[in-house]
Amino acid sequence: MRPSRRYRIFIHVAAVFVSLIFLGPFAWMLIASISSQKELLAVPLDWIPNHISFERYHEIFTAHGDNPFANFRSALLNSIIVASSAVAISVTVGIYGAYALARLRFRAQRPLLLVFLSTYMVPPIALVIPLYLIMVNLNLLDTRIGLVIVYCTFTTPFVIWIMGNFFRTIPHELEDAARVDGCTRVGALFRVILPLARPGLLATMLFAFLVAWDEFLYALIFTSTTASKTAPVAIAEFAGRFTTDFGLQAAGGILAALPPVLIALVFQRYIVSGLSSGAVKG
Amino acid sequence: MREDPDLRGESGDAGEARDKAKLPISRREFVSVSAAAGAAFYLAACGGSSSSNTTTALSKEPVTINNLFMQQAGYSPQDLAGMTKAFEKQYSNITVKNTLVPYDALHDKIVASAPAGTYDVLLGDCIWPAEFGSKGIVQDITNDVNSLDVSKIFPGAIVMAKYQDKYYGQPWILDTKYLYYNQQMCSQAGVSGSDFKTLDGMVAALKKIKQSGVQYPWIGSWAQAEAVICDYAQFLGAYDGQFLDSSGKAVFNTGGGVKALEFMKMLLDDGLANPASTSSLEDDVLKSFTEGQNAANLNWTFQLATANDPSQSKVAGQTVIAHTPAGPSGKAPGCNGGQPVMISRTANHPAEAWAFIKFISSAAVQNQYATVSLPIWAASYSDPRVIKQAGKDLVDVAKTQLPDMILRPQVPNYNACSTKLQVEIQNALLGKSSVQDALNSAADFFDSNANA
Amino acid sequence: MAGRAETAAPGGPVGTRRRLAWRARTRELRFAALLLIPSIIVVFGIVIYPILRTLYTSFYDVNSPFPGSYPFVGFDNYTQALGNPDFWSAVRRTAYFTVVSTGLELVLGLGIALLLAAPLKARWLFRSIVVLPWALPTIVNGALWRYIFNAQYGVLNAIFTQIGLQNHYHAWLNSQTFALHAVIFADVWKNTSLVAFLLLAGLTTIPRELYEAAKVDGVSAWHAFLRITLPMLKPAIVVVLVLRTIEAFKVFDIIYVMTRGGPANGTQSVALYTYQQAFSNELFGYGAALAYLIVVFIAAFAIVYMRAIRSEDTAMGW
Repeated sequence: MRPSRRYRIFIHVAAVFVSLIFLGPFAWMLIASISSQKELLAVPLDWIPNHISFERYHEIFTAHGDNPFANFRSALLNSIIVASSAVAISVTVGIYGAYALARLRFRAQRPLLLVFLSTYMVPPIALVIPLYLIMVNLNLLDTRIGLVIVYCTFTTPFVIWIMGNFFRTIPHELEDAARVDGCTRVGALFRVILPLARPGLLATMLFAFLVAWDEFLYALIFTSTTASKTAPVAIAEFAGRFTTDFGLQAAGGILAALPPVLIALVFQRYIVSGLSSGAVKG
Repeated sequence: MREDPDLRGESGDAGEARDKAKLPISRREFVSVSAAAGAAFYLAACGGSSSSNTTTALSKEPVTINNLFMQQAGYSPQDLAGMTKAFEKQYSNITVKNTLVPYDALHDKIVASAPAGTYDVLLGDCIWPAEFGSKGIVQDITNDVNSLDVSKIFPGAIVMAKYQDKYYGQPWILDTKYLYYNQQMCSQAGVSGSDFKTLDGMVAALKKIKQSGVQYPWIGSWAQAEAVICDYAQFLGAYDGQFLDSSGKAVFNTGGGVKALEFMKMLLDDGLANPASTSSLEDDVLKSFTEGQNAANLNWTFQLATANDPSQSKVAGQTVIAHTPAGPSGKAPGCNGGQPVMISRTANHPAEAWAFIKFISSAAVQNQYATVSLPIWAASYSDPRVIKQAGKDLVDVAKTQLPDMILRPQVPNYNACSTKLQVEIQNALLGKSSVQDALNSAADFFDSNANA
Repeated sequence: MAGRAETAAPGGPVGTRRRLAWRARTRELRFAALLLIPSIIVVFGIVIYPILRTLYTSFYDVNSPFPGSYPFVGFDNYTQALGNPDFWSAVRRTAYFTVVSTGLELVLGLGIALLLAAPLKARWLFRSIVVLPWALPTIVNGALWRYIFNAQYGVLNAIFTQIGLQNHYHAWLNSQTFALHAVIFADVWKNTSLVAFLLLAGLTTIPRELYEAAKVDGVSAWHAFLRITLPMLKPAIVVVLVLRTIEAFKVFDIIYVMTRGGPANGTQSVALYTYQQAFSNELFGYGAALAYLIVVFIAAFAIVYMRAIRSEDTAMGW
C-alpha cells in the first residue's frame, strides 16, 4: 500500500525543516571553527568569512607535546575507550538485572527498582568527595578504569530502567512457548526476548554511550593527565582564564561529536529494523 | 643581598646535604635562622601555629612533588614547564609533576583533593587564603614567607595571601585592572588621555565620545560573576570606601561603597555604558574593545596584548593602557587580582614544595618569564629585560598601579558573601532594587555569614 | 532450570500446592538474586559508601572536606533548606524547567520519532542529522548558545537585524525570563533526539497488524495515532518521562556554561544551588541535605508518573 503523495511531500518537508533546525547551529559552529576571531565577532556579521583558515584543525591534528591540542587527541581516544567499556559492562550486567526486575516476581522487586533509579537521581556533586577518597585508596585516580567503574554506577541503572520496560512489552506467550519447547529461562532471554527487544537494546546502548561520553564533573575531578582525561575536559581546557576562542571550542565540539555520530550511523539501521517486520512474528 | 633560591642557611646536617650551596652564609643569617628554626620547633611542639619549611631538611632521597596549576593565564604552560625544568636541574633529586586545569576547576579540585593529599603545591586565587587557611586546607607558611626579603615585594602583592596576620601563600601571579582606551576614538571626539585621570574627567570624556557617534563608549564586566566584584572594588577604592572596617564589619553599604555602585548605575542609565555589561565577562569586554565598539573600559593585563594584535583586533595600534581613574579623594587603587601559590596541609613533601615555590617566585625566575604576569619584586620594574619583554607601556603603568591595590575582603566564607553581593549588584544595576537596599542586603549577609 | 512445578510431589493436595508454590517462589527469588547480583555489585560497589557517607554528613554541620568530628545537628540542614526562600526559588525554577523542557521534548520527540519511522528518502542521512545535537558535548552546547544569544556579536542579533526585525542589538540574556527560556531551548535542542530515538524504539514494538486492521475498518490516520500509537507507546513515554525528569532536575552543566546561574540568579537550578553551597561555599552538610532533598523531589515526580500512566502489563513500577 503506497502512501499518498500529499503524505510523502509532507514528511519530506517536515524532515527538511527539522534537519535545518538541527543542522543550523552546527553549520554555524563549522563556520566559526574556520573563521578568524576578528570576523567571528564582526558586526554586522558576514555569514561566509573572507579568510577561511583550517589552522585550528591543523593544530589539533599535528600538535605535539604537552599542550591543549595534543591533549585533545588523547582525550578523544580516552573518551572512546571509557564510554565503550562502560557501555559494554553496564549492558552485559544490566540485561540480567532488567530481566529479573521485569519478569520475575519477588517481593523486593518494586523497591529494588526504585533503589536502582535513586542512584541515578543523586546529583554527582554530592558524592564527589567521599568518592575521591575511595579512588585514591584504590589507586584509581587518573586512570581510565577508574572512570569506567564510576560511570557504570549510573549507566547501569539507566540500562536496567530502559531495558526492563522494553522487556515488559514483549508478550509472555512468546517466552512461555520457548520454555515449553525446552528452553531455560536464560535461554529464552537470549533466543526470544533479546532479539525482539533489539531496537530498544541498541537505542539503550547508544544512549548509555552518549551519557558516558558527555559526563563532565567526575571526569574533571578524577583525571589530571592525558592518561585518562576525556574529551569534555579537554575542550574545557581550550578556554583561558579570561578569554575564549569560540572557534576552537567549536572545532573541538565538532570533532568530539563525530565518534558518537558514526556509532549512531551504524546503530540506527538496527534500531529501526524492527519497524518493517513488526514485533510479533506469528 | 641578591635573592638567590639556593640560599637556605639550615643548621646542622641538613646543611651538609646541600653541598650545592655556593654562597657562604653570614653568621648573622645563620644565627637568625637557627633562632627561627628553634622557635618554630618550639611552637610546633606546643601545638603552635606555622610550619617552617625553610628549616625542615630537604630529603636526600628522590622525591616527587605533585602540583596543581592553571591552564593559560599569567604564566603560560610553556613558561611553567621552563621554570620546572630549571628547578629540576638545580634540585636533581626532586621530580616535579604539574597538573594544569582550567581556572574554573581550580577551587573544586583543591577542595576535593584536600583530604587525600594528592597535591603539594597549589595555585590559588587571592580570595581563597582566608577560606583555605581557616579550614586547614593549606598550610600556614608565615615563617617561610618571612624568610624572604619581604620588604622588596610590593606591599599590594604580599597581602594577597595574608589572613589574620598569617601568610597562607606566597604571591606569584600579579594582576590588576587597568584602564584601556582607544586613542583614535578619543582624538576623534576631542578627548585626550589625561581626561581619564579622574572619574569625573572620565565621565565627561565618555559623554563627548558618545556625542561623536559611539553609541556606548564604556562597557563593564558586570555579569553575575566575580568579575563584577572586581570592577565594583575598583570604584569603591576610588571613592575612598572600604569593604570592611577595622572590626571586620561590612561598611560597603556606606560612603564610598554606595557611591561606587551609584556610579556604575549612572553609567548604565546615562547610556554611557553598554546595557550588555550586565551579561558580560572580561572576555566580552575585550571583544567589544577589539571590535572597536567601545572607547574605554577596565580590564586585566591580558587585554593589552590581544588588543594590539592585528590578527585578533580591529583596533591594533590604537590601544592605550593607563592608570585606573582616581576618585574625588585622589585615590585610584586597582583591584588585586593576584594568585598566590600555597602548600597543601596534607602535602607529602612540604619542604620540597616550599623549595619549588621559593624558586618560581624568585626575582630571577620571575624576571625571566615576565610578559603578562609581572614580578612581585619592586626592583624588577627597573630591570631592562623585564621592560623589554613586558613592554614599556605596561611596565610604566604597572609600576604605579601595582603598589596600590585594593584587596577584596579576606574572610573564610568569601564565596557565599561574594555571590550575594554579585546578585545584589545585579539587582541594583538591572533596576530591581535601589542601590542602598541592595547594598544593605548584601552587608547584612556579610555580617552574618562571613565568618560563620 | 525450567519451571516444573507441575510435577507431582508427596503430601496432600492443598499442602502440596502451597509447598510447591513456596518452593517455586524461593527458586524464583534465588534466580532473581543471581541475575541481580552483578548489577548490584556494579552499581553499588563503589558508590554505596559515598551515598551512605553523604547521607551521614547531611546530619552534621560540616564546613570542610576533611573527615573529623563535627557538631551533630539532626535534621537542621534539611529544615534550613526547606525554610530557605533561595532554595524554593531554585526548586520552582527547576520544576518549571523540567516541566517545560520535558513536555517539549516529548511532543517534539514524538513528531520526530514518527518522521524517523517514515518512508523517507535517504533515511540514514536524516537519522544521522537528528543524532548530531545529542552527540555534541554539553559544554560546547552551552558555549554555542551563549554565543548565539550574545549581546554584541551573537548570531541571533545578527539574523534579526539583517532581516529587519530589530535595528540594534539586544542584550537577550539580561532578562531573567529570556535567559531561563534560552537555557530551556538549548536543553530541548540537544535532548529531543534522545527522546525521539527512544520513542522510535518504542514504535517498533507496535504490531503492524493493528494499523492494517484499523485501515480496513476505515479509521483515519489521526484516530489510529490516538487509539493505537499513543496507548502502545505508554511504556516508552514513561521511560522517557522518568529519565528526562531525573536529568532535568539535575541540570547543571548547560546552565553553568551559558549563564552561570544569572542574571541575578534567574537561571539558578537546584543542582547549581547545591553545587554552590556544597563546593563553592564548602557547606558540605547543608549541601548533602540539599542533594537528598533533590532525590526526594525527583522520586516524588517519578512515582506520580508511574501511577498516572500505570498499566498492568506494559509498564514497570507501581
